[in-house]
Amino acid sequence: MLKQCEGSRAVAEAVALCRPEVVCAYPISPQTHIVEALGEMVKAGTLSPCEFINVESEFAAMSVAIGASAAGARSYTATASQGLLFMAEAVFNASGLGLPIVMTVANRAIGAPINIWNDHSDALAMRDAGWIQLFAENNQEALDLHIQAFRLGEELSLPVMVCMDGFILTHAYERVDMPTQEQVDAYLPKYEPRQVLDPAEPVSIGAMVGPEAFMEVRYLAHAKQMEALKLIPAYAAEFCSIFGRDSGGLTHTYRCEDAETIVVAMGSVLGTIKDVVDEMRAQGHKIGALGITLFRPFPLEGVRAGLAGAKRVVVIEKSMAVGLGGILSTNVRMALSGLHMHGYTVIAGLGGRAITKKSLTELFLKAEKDTLEHVTFLDLDWAMVNKQLEREKAHRRCGPVAENLLRDIGVVAARNY
Amino acid sequence: MSYQPIKFYQTGTFTVGNRLLPPEQRSVQAQVKRYNSINSGHRACQGCGEALGARYAIDAAMEATNGRVICANATGCLEVFSTPYPETSWQVPWLHSLFGNTAAVATGIAAALKVKMHKGERRHIRVVAQGGDGGTTDIGFGCLSGMFERNDDVLYICYDNNGYMNTGVQRSSATPPAARTTTTPAAGPEPGNPFGQGKFVPAIAMAHEIPYVATATVADLRDLEAKVRRAMEFHGARYLHILVPCPLGWGTQPNETIKMARLAKETGLFPVFEAEYGEQKSALAIRHPLPVEEYLKPQKRFAHLFAPKLRTEAIARLQALADRNIRKYKLLEGM
Ligand SMILES: Cc1ncc(C[n+]2csc(CCOP(=O)(O)OP(=O)(O)O)c2C)c(N)n1
Ligand code: SF4
Repeated sequence: MLKQCEGSRAVAEAVALCRPEVVCAYPISPQTHIVEALGEMVKAGTLSPCEFINVESEFAAMSVAIGASAAGARSYTATASQGLLFMAEAVFNASGLGLPIVMTVANRAIGAPINIWNDHSDALAMRDAGWIQLFAENNQEALDLHIQAFRLGEELSLPVMVCMDGFILTHAYERVDMPTQEQVDAYLPKYEPRQVLDPAEPVSIGAMVGPEAFMEVRYLAHAKQMEALKLIPAYAAEFCSIFGRDSGGLTHTYRCEDAETIVVAMGSVLGTIKDVVDEMRAQGHKIGALGITLFRPFPLEGVRAGLAGAKRVVVIEKSMAVGLGGILSTNVRMALSGLHMHGYTVIAGLGGRAITKKSLTELFLKAEKDTLEHVTFLDLDWAMVNKQLEREKAHRRCGPVAENLLRDIGVVAARNY
Repeated sequence: MSYQPIKFYQTGTFTVGNRLLPPEQRSVQAQVKRYNSINSGHRACQGCGEALGARYAIDAAMEATNGRVICANATGCLEVFSTPYPETSWQVPWLHSLFGNTAAVATGIAAALKVKMHKGERRHIRVVAQGGDGGTTDIGFGCLSGMFERNDDVLYICYDNNGYMNTGVQRSSATPPAARTTTTPAAGPEPGNPFGQGKFVPAIAMAHEIPYVATATVADLRDLEAKVRRAMEFHGARYLHILVPCPLGWGTQPNETIKMARLAKETGLFPVFEAEYGEQKSALAIRHPLPVEEYLKPQKRFAHLFAPKLRTEAIARLQALADRNIRKYKLLEGM
């Protein structure tokens, strides 16, 4: 059924259609609307039987999900940013225990300085946690990916993170096609746990493992992720046959045929990039885009195949490997090894900085001439940065960076150094 | 197998596991059909109070529920000595996740079971969470308090050995004042753990007004079993805090574990009582009141209070803590 609704609402309804049995969450912007909606459905009895647990922290939220999942319940939680980092220890634990928890990450920057707006630093900080990580481009895809996430996680006995851009998607009203309960029931079988806590057949889960088997356990975690690479396209195809639309998968290409320049990105920024590609194509530029839906496991072969014909690759990423460059581009470069082409890392949109069509167009034109730096910070205010660098050279105790910069641009009352 | 009477020649009601008592009054461990929830072969130290306490507590919980228990366990000695892969001592469904999240994991299990019951997919099963004093009073305290506040249907058992034993005897917030640990060494003008009142989680649990809070020691195993049984009569959050001496950490002989637990109780340093909905209901009476020195002297962790010089002031302060417990929890009357 077509409806106009907020992204968070769409996701909450999609999760409800998956019949979760335990939902727990701790509020953090921009995730709040999702769990509020689910809480309301449980309280009103429209989502039943389901336990909604109001926990005291994200660490507890993931821990409740771990207990519930191990006891055989379909479990869901959602978080973002500081919340995801606060639960980090339990995030790794959930995948180590092989529990198919589904979690929405409403992507947001990580402080300090505290910032509630969108970038991908939070989810990418968990890139090695052993979760499957899917990134939605728009609200329809966010909704669809949740349904696929339960199916996938439960088949593989692995947790799945569905990442959607905070505010940009979570708080945007868009038209979505909401599936029916019958469709979801046809797609998603009942959760049959691989291992379950049951007095009739007691098992010990979470034993201590020494050097004699730990490596093997970790290898098997990797092997399971590799299995996901095959399963995901198959489930996406099956999804298409039931729900009538393409959604999910590993990667998707946009006007990449004969493209000399391919822009790689994840999440909602792909929409803007596609617009720019269209405009530049109209002017005769050979440019295309490659969207990455699956970040973990990283679809090396798919990315490699998608980029093989290009002369250069520009990775636009909303995250940063401090001290190196980009996280996504490091992964993309692994796929490119042996292919001779120029690779550019563009760090953009951190902490919600707008990524405009104008800036992207200028950037791509520069890339086409191969005059781009290998690591570029899109729309960075160099004057602000340099002023602070000078200040730090002059006074050892020149005050906190963020506050100084705000003072420079007049957001905070002046106190001169 | 039906109950087999065994003939013993000892007299009295409190000998050999109370086998001379009528069957319904016998301790769980005295029964031929005891559950053996944690079986032998685990790697606890000789004389480990925690192994003993856990065995009695979980067996009693199993008896009270007809074997329908799921356990969550925090990281710590109990977890490590009972489950070195590929072996496990647990004969119950058992889950270890992390050091600080056991109460929340148990909440999740209980929530799942509630839904499964509602769907008619599973019969009634009870949840027991367990952790050491570190996992309970320190790192896991947030999750524990959350579980109390929501009144989740979980019995949480803290095995208090007064320190972080699994990582090599470091201080916890349940370490008594003046005790020596590897992070509160017997050095300086006030050797050992700094003075303070410590963090006594049973009192904090009572402040949450949960249905049932009790303390116990491995010196009174009948009392311990009775408290587990009582706890299982309630639904909602319940808390049982068991003093489990640790020969390694306390510097005592393996055969002194029970004696140490008894001295902790008889001096008043560890009050043994029960509370319901935030109010104290009973206390186990001190039968032979003893000065705290009797408890402190045999333990190497308090050795610096007696030599090279006698630290009368520190001992007096510990005595004051014991006296306060005796007053506060009415330990002489045994209400
Ligand atoms: C987050 C985290 N920090 C530290 C540790 C290391 N650690 C494991 S067990 C333990 C102490 C356990 O002490 P306690 O809970 O009192 O149990 P005991 O071993 O004394 O029975 C510590 C510090 C850990 N596993 N996880
Ligand atoms: S260190 Fe202490 S608590 Fe740990 S197994 Fe040994 S005696 Fe038991």
